Amino acid sequence: MTDLRYEAPNSLNAAVALLTEAKGLARVMAGGTDVIVQMEMDQSEPELIVDIKKIPKLRGISAENGGFRVGAATTGMQLCDHKTFAAAWPGVIDGVKLIGSIQVKGRASMGGNLCNASPGADSVPPMIAAGAIARVVGPNGVREVPVERIPTAPGKTSLAKGEIIASFFLPPRPKGSGDAYMRFTPRTEMDIAVTGVAINLTLDAEGVCTAARVAIGAVAPTALLVKDAGDALIGTKVDEAAIEKLVAATRAACKPIDDKRGTKAFRIEVTGVLARRVAMAALERARGNI
Amino acid sequence: MKKHHITLNVNGDEYDALVEPQQSLLDVLRDKLMLTGTKEGCATGDCGACSVIVDGVLQCACLMLGVEAQGVHVETIEGMAQGSDLHPLQKAFLEFNGLQCGICTPGVLVAAKALLERNPDPTETEVRYWLAGNLCRCTGYDKLIQSVLIAAKEMRGA
Ligand code: FES
Ligand code: FES
Repeated sequence: MTDLRYEAPNSLNAAVALLTEAKGLARVMAGGTDVIVQMEMDQSEPELIVDIKKIPKLRGISAENGGFRVGAATTGMQLCDHKTFAAAWPGVIDGVKLIGSIQVKGRASMGGNLCNASPGADSVPPMIAAGAIARVVGPNGVREVPVERIPTAPGKTSLAKGEIIASFFLPPRPKGSGDAYMRFTPRTEMDIAVTGVAINLTLDAEGVCTAARVAIGAVAPTALLVKDAGDALIGTKVDEAAIEKLVAATRAACKPIDDKRGTKAFRIEVTGVLARRVAMAALERARGNI
Repeated sequence: MKKHHITLNVNGDEYDALVEPQQSLLDVLRDKLMLTGTKEGCATGDCGACSVIVDGVLQCACLMLGVEAQGVHVETIEGMAQGSDLHPLQKAFLEFNGLQCGICTPGVLVAAKALLERNPDPTETEVRYWLAGNLCRCTGYDKLIQSVLIAAKEMRGA
């Protein structure tokens, strides 16, 4: 085993410098609920761990331009316990609540969930549906990147050497907005999504849908934004005809694998079923705050 | 390998230890501080046998590095009874058969204590969801869940 070095810098610049100068494999650690497990199972043997939890701006939730700025290392429990955030983005919280046990959520973060780049990461589809933007800081400065452009393949991201996700921006919520996320798993808790669907929509005073974003997880190498599925709802009252189109567009976007947790055909079928249920849940939440 | 010197507070007592960067808090508790009440079932965050409370937050000791524990306050099973006075959860588990082999029990008790500190009057469903990360090979869970509910009632003075 190579010698492991642990650093916990207290500024983003110091963290970026450590990662940029690292010779061997360097891993960013927030909650560590993936990194530590991968080390324990010998799937990853880093030479350097950069613990980003001591960087003040990377933890916590604050109001910004009518939306929210969420530090990338903010824990799942902090998010679930934050009443105004949870009220504004219940669908994001649906996803966060499903990340492991209470114990795991005491450490795990949305930044880690995204950067681990598992196709089944539960907080990723709702963040994509929300239109969340990741703030990426690296040796060449700052980039603002839509969440759907971070994962590129299972376990791979578009981050360059030395880059760190510092935070997420969740946009302002117009009146009449609602979001929801559901997944299919054989067990209710402590399981990995076989498929997952997130929908975020906004209704006007007449109940007509003016904006909708749909994202799917676990049915392709990365979570996907399904533009056609969102477009199927826009301009409608989210009636049966619109839902049928949403279901068809969602199924058409699936590119799943066959594995022990579900066949391709099953995953595609269930993704459509979930799309319908999630649309109903998002609709009910949206109607509750017109 | 470079060792890190850490000081931490466990159940009100100050400790210090020299830890290697890859060692988990669980390794530190069990092998350095000889506090073996916290159990290892999997070392990968799946079983909850290593549940501890760190700075007020319930977590798996196997999913935290020992080096991260510099300056933290840890609550483990060893701190639950006050001398020979058992915690109401411990009493309920004994009286209502909340355990069989006992390997999951320290983790379950610590997790249940964290729940009752947040929510003194949980429903059975809330207890089941809260303890979903604590695996038990023996009890079939029902006796364990009932013991938590009985202890909660006792602690509310009802
Ligand atoms: S030993 Fe930590 S969760 Fe199993
Ligand atoms: S009592 Fe044996 S594992 Fe729970």
